Amino acid sequence: MTAKAGKFKLRFDFWSIVKYTAIVLLIVFLVYPTFRLFFLSISDNKGGFTLKYFKTFFTKAYYYRTLKNSFATSGITTVFAILLGVPMAYITTRYNIWLKKTIDILVIMSLMSPPFIGAYSWIVLLGRNGFVTKLFEKIGITIPPIYGFGGIVLVFTLKYFPYVYLYVSGALKSIDRSLEEAAENLGSGKLRRILTITLPVIMPTLGASAIMVFMSSLADFGTPMLIGEGYKVLPVLVYEEFMSEMGGNANMAGALSIIVILCSTTVLLLQKYVISRKNYMMNATRPPAVIEVSKGKKLLLTSLCMFVTILAFLPQVVVIVTSFIKTNGPIFVEGFSLGSYEKIFYKIPKNIANTFIFSFIAIAIIVVFGMLLSYLFVKRKSKTTGMLDVLVMLPYVIPGAVLGVSMLVAFNKPPLMLSGTAAIMIIAYVIRKMPHTVRSSTAILYQIDPSIEEASINLGVSPMKTFFKITAPMMAPGVLSGAILSWITTINELSSSIMLYGGKTATISVSIYTEVVRSNYGTAAALASILTVTTMLSLVLFNRVSKGKVSVV
Amino acid sequence: MSYNVKICNVIKRYGDFTAVNDVSLDIKEGEFFTLLGPSGCGKTTLLRMIAGFNSIDEGKIFFGDKLINNIDAHKRDVGMVFQNYAIFPHLNVYDNVAYGLKARKVPKDEIHTRVMEALKTVQIEDLKNRKPSELSGGQQQRVALARAIVIKPGVLLMDEPLSNLDAKLRIQMRTVIRKLQKELNITTIYVTHDQEEALAISDRIAIMNKGRLMQVDKPTTIYQKPENIFVAGFIGTSNFIDGTVTKIDGDMTANIKLNAGLEFSMKLKKNITGPVQISIRPEQFIIKDANEPGISGEIQMYTFLGDFVAYEVELSNGQTVNVNEYTKDIEFVRPIGEKVSLTFDTNKINVFTQDGTEVVS
Ligand SMILES: Nc1ncnc2c1ncn2[C@@H]1O[C@H](COP(=O)(O)OP(=O)(O)OP(=O)(O)O)[C@@H](O)[C@H]1O
Ligand SMILES: [Mg+2]
Repeated sequence: MTAKAGKFKLRFDFWSIVKYTAIVLLIVFLVYPTFRLFFLSISDNKGGFTLKYFKTFFTKAYYYRTLKNSFATSGITTVFAILLGVPMAYITTRYNIWLKKTIDILVIMSLMSPPFIGAYSWIVLLGRNGFVTKLFEKIGITIPPIYGFGGIVLVFTLKYFPYVYLYVSGALKSIDRSLEEAAENLGSGKLRRILTITLPVIMPTLGASAIMVFMSSLADFGTPMLIGEGYKVLPVLVYEEFMSEMGGNANMAGALSIIVILCSTTVLLLQKYVISRKNYMMNATRPPAVIEVSKGKKLLLTSLCMFVTILAFLPQVVVIVTSFIKTNGPIFVEGFSLGSYEKIFYKIPKNIANTFIFSFIAIAIIVVFGMLLSYLFVKRKSKTTGMLDVLVMLPYVIPGAVLGVSMLVAFNKPPLMLSGTAAIMIIAYVIRKMPHTVRSSTAILYQIDPSIEEASINLGVSPMKTFFKITAPMMAPGVLSGAILSWITTINELSSSIMLYGGKTATISVSIYTEVVRSNYGTAAALASILTVTTMLSLVLFNRVSKGKVSVV
Repeated sequence: MSYNVKICNVIKRYGDFTAVNDVSLDIKEGEFFTLLGPSGCGKTTLLRMIAGFNSIDEGKIFFGDKLINNIDAHKRDVGMVFQNYAIFPHLNVYDNVAYGLKARKVPKDEIHTRVMEALKTVQIEDLKNRKPSELSGGQQQRVALARAIVIKPGVLLMDEPLSNLDAKLRIQMRTVIRKLQKELNITTIYVTHDQEEALAISDRIAIMNKGRLMQVDKPTTIYQKPENIFVAGFIGTSNFIDGTVTKIDGDMTANIKLNAGLEFSMKLKKNITGPVQISIRPEQFIIKDANEPGISGEIQMYTFLGDFVAYEVELSNGQTVNVNEYTKDIEFVRPIGEKVSLTFDTNKINVFTQDGTEVVS
């Protein structure tokens, strides 16, 4: 064989197979549905082209108001999240307050909790028939209604401020002490130092966390659906348009979906090109000093932080407590019972099983594909893998409800008749949660020295076997930790499930939603408690596996 | 068992940058061969081409008479020791060393005997159950070595294997490596940018610069008879002094006049006249009193280093040269400001063309 011949040898090896399989799957299950959605939004259903749905959207207040509402709720939530998260992060990292560990754990649990239990709990407390509302009614005080804009922002803020808190505490801990000491040495006062040194240094991280808050609020579906009532945001409108049986609305839902995708893409690009430009890589050899304050001050600071933390954690307590309260139809009555649990195990055991089975299968697929794909992205860089990378990350900008709609549109008739099956739910989960696993696996892979693999190859083990014998075991702890986090978000997934479920494939989160809508608060609470407890146990497992080396955000 | 390695006109390009430029080498069976050169000169690139981790853009590499250009890295039968050891972190010492044997489907009992033997050779048999994280740098180094030799490779490659160790351990380990290599008689290609290490350990050295070979020779020859200014300057310390060949006889005896003011004659290998560069090692200068013939200069600075004194001497033309004088040959250290006269033995100096690319003495 000559040297030339070798170069042109067609290499159809293991990694090419992985690469092309992934491309085909993503084109079928992600690109194709998105395109169908796009065509739906500009089709007049007679094979012609029209922009009337977009025109309707921008001219009719009923529609364009939701865009305004979405931006208003997400924007205000982001502001509040920063106002809560940054001071709290500063206090917990820089002062010797009590209960730091507890605060961290509760904040993480709030962030990972099922998405709509916040709305549920605040309705149970402050809603029309809420415990607190009734309590105040007895003494003659009427509390303003929780429904609408205020309620959404309250729930969103308490749910998403942990992003800001966790990101910013991380950044504050990684500023080397010398930086602030230098500023002090140059004669800067404390406030001046915070404003001119500390704040600018954490700015990129703060920006990234703000974007996370904004994007999560923008895509959130369960909360505004439950607590928004007349105050509609975009994802809710997508759901209603698509689910109502009247003709023509599917096209409108398509147009709305495209608008949602455009919005989140714009926000993400903004982040990419404005904020992440200047990222100060810090590696604190000497983390900043923790200031000792007097007992009184310490008590005050601890109480402040604990107050916010408990407020954020409250929904989980409410859910668990109410799940044990006796009910009479939709009404909670005096006394405790296991009635709600009996009801759900009797009525909908299938939904509980579905949640865990679907999520487990989805996570298994995500882990295998996530590891293989991240390997391709890191070690087999090429134009194709670059394209694949973009494809895999695409779901970041597609809210669950929109992804659900697109899959329904694409797979509601043969040859791929998938609507109502377990497969379509699992596929949606895989596509939605894959980006996170790929990102974290990629980060882990970058930390593995390439010469370790080369050593294995050099010792006579083929590159593919080397991946399974050396690379995969080394990646495993990190990937597993990431998988547990994805598992948590998958069992709690509502927005795509509610679009895609059929009679036999409903999940716990779907049932909670339907139960709340029917005002069966007891059973809803029992179901939510199952998710909450599973989430907590999974977080404990996460801590065991990750040994504190992997961050939850 | 061991191969001779033949490298023919090998080229490696990254875009329009040529990292290895037309390198040819003939490495003998059982030889300890070192690639030495400044950072970025292409040593690692060439080594990785031999290992199969970099493709060969042009040229050929043979192990014995087997062309290996198109053989996959995992089928090349080379052992490699990496700069950062590349120990598998999730396997213990024993399993690290056994890894290559398992891949070769060696029977279990034989794996055991061979692993234990290899561990013994590098003197870490009592660490066999340790995890890599529980080993010191030197111990990890030994594991890497054991893992590479246990498969009895036809060629052993090492890329700066000692650069992560402290100075003392480095000297200790280089002796271990050298002894091991001679014991196993395994063709070894060793990469370093530490010239002292290269001189101490190698049978032959290839000096590289900017992807090209500058000289391939025994350590002593490299030191005493550098083929160009680059080698003369890279290995050890050399003083370069400008001069002119004013005339050259039929029997190649040249008359050379140094710009610093000395005229002498010596035999050259090539018939040239005009400007040349002379290189003189600090220890080859002989310091005499100012009234004797030689290059006149003045002591600017001295450093007493125990077995010798290092002087900086300023010549009449303003150039400063390094001159060493052995303590055993002198009674006192010359004070700053003393006027001296420098001479040398013409057999111990090298004369280069003015552009420095060729030796003519
Ligand atoms: N993958 C690559 N792409 C582009 N250029 C490269 C690549 N690998 C190496 N180079 C370049 O090739 C040249 C030779 O690199 P090489 O690693 O062989 O140097 P070296 O002699 O081993 O240096 P050192 O002593 O620092 O290890 C360098 O200029 C380097 O920048
Ligand atoms: Mg190198």
